[in-house]
Amino acid sequence: MDIYAFVLLAVLSIASALGMILNKNTINSALLLVVNMVSIAGIYLLLQAQFLALIQILVYAGAIMVLFLFVIMLLNVDEEESLLDAFRVKYMLAFLLGVIIFGQILYSLGGVTDMLPEISSDMLYVGTVEAVGEVLYTDFLYAFELTAILLTAAVVGALMVAQYKAKNSEGTE
Amino acid sequence: MIGIDWYLALSAILFTIGIIGVLIRRNAIVIFMCVELMLNAVNLSLITFSAYHGDISGQILVFFSLSVAAAEAVVGLAIIIAIFRNNLSVDITKVNLLRW
Repeated sequence: MDIYAFVLLAVLSIASALGMILNKNTINSALLLVVNMVSIAGIYLLLQAQFLALIQILVYAGAIMVLFLFVIMLLNVDEEESLLDAFRVKYMLAFLLGVIIFGQILYSLGGVTDMLPEISSDMLYVGTVEAVGEVLYTDFLYAFELTAILLTAAVVGALMVAQYKAKNSEGTE
Repeated sequence: MIGIDWYLALSAILFTIGIIGVLIRRNAIVIFMCVELMLNAVNLSLITFSAYHGDISGQILVFFSLSVAAAEAVVGLAIIIAIFRNNLSVDITKVNLLRW
């Protein structure tokens, strides 16, 4: 049962990722990325990480992708002309580089399988909200608070960058 | 459970697709989405290791990486909006102010 679900979700995520990078329309790319995020959340569920699967859908597929779609529709970007017909050498080089990096990752992952410890059956269920919350609010409390500062700084920085006339002296307009 | 290699292979494939996307696309927003895809692939491998080691720390790291990704998305999209305001385009080949 697990293996069928995994194959289905893996094929879905790879297909949507390929569709994302090959699609000319930016909005279609964003929607395919949402499909990809949701299928990766399904794979998290297979790995017994329920909390993170939930967060993945809420934060990525919900918040971040809505932000992306807002920006795409706000900017009204036209479709990229000549995705595949110009400068083929560049695409060949990009593909070659991708294959090289893929080989490197697989090579470095090659020896990983032998190093796994024996796990008992109760250690399999580490990903519940209860378990994550317990560790998050005890061992990682300071890092958690720092995250709040990081998010505040990011929002303030984004407002400063995207503001219409922050310090717009007689420059561009 | 399925073998750990399958999850890691899926993560590697998604990461590679993200890299190829960054290299071949010219639309800044799509490049940014490819970066999110790469982040997701790394998160997947972290969760895989966490689940197969029976150790929760990997999932905590993924939690923090998610919040960093959210912050990064906000700032990056703000930068894209600023670029669009100056250039009226998000084509990165037309953003060449600092190139010689």
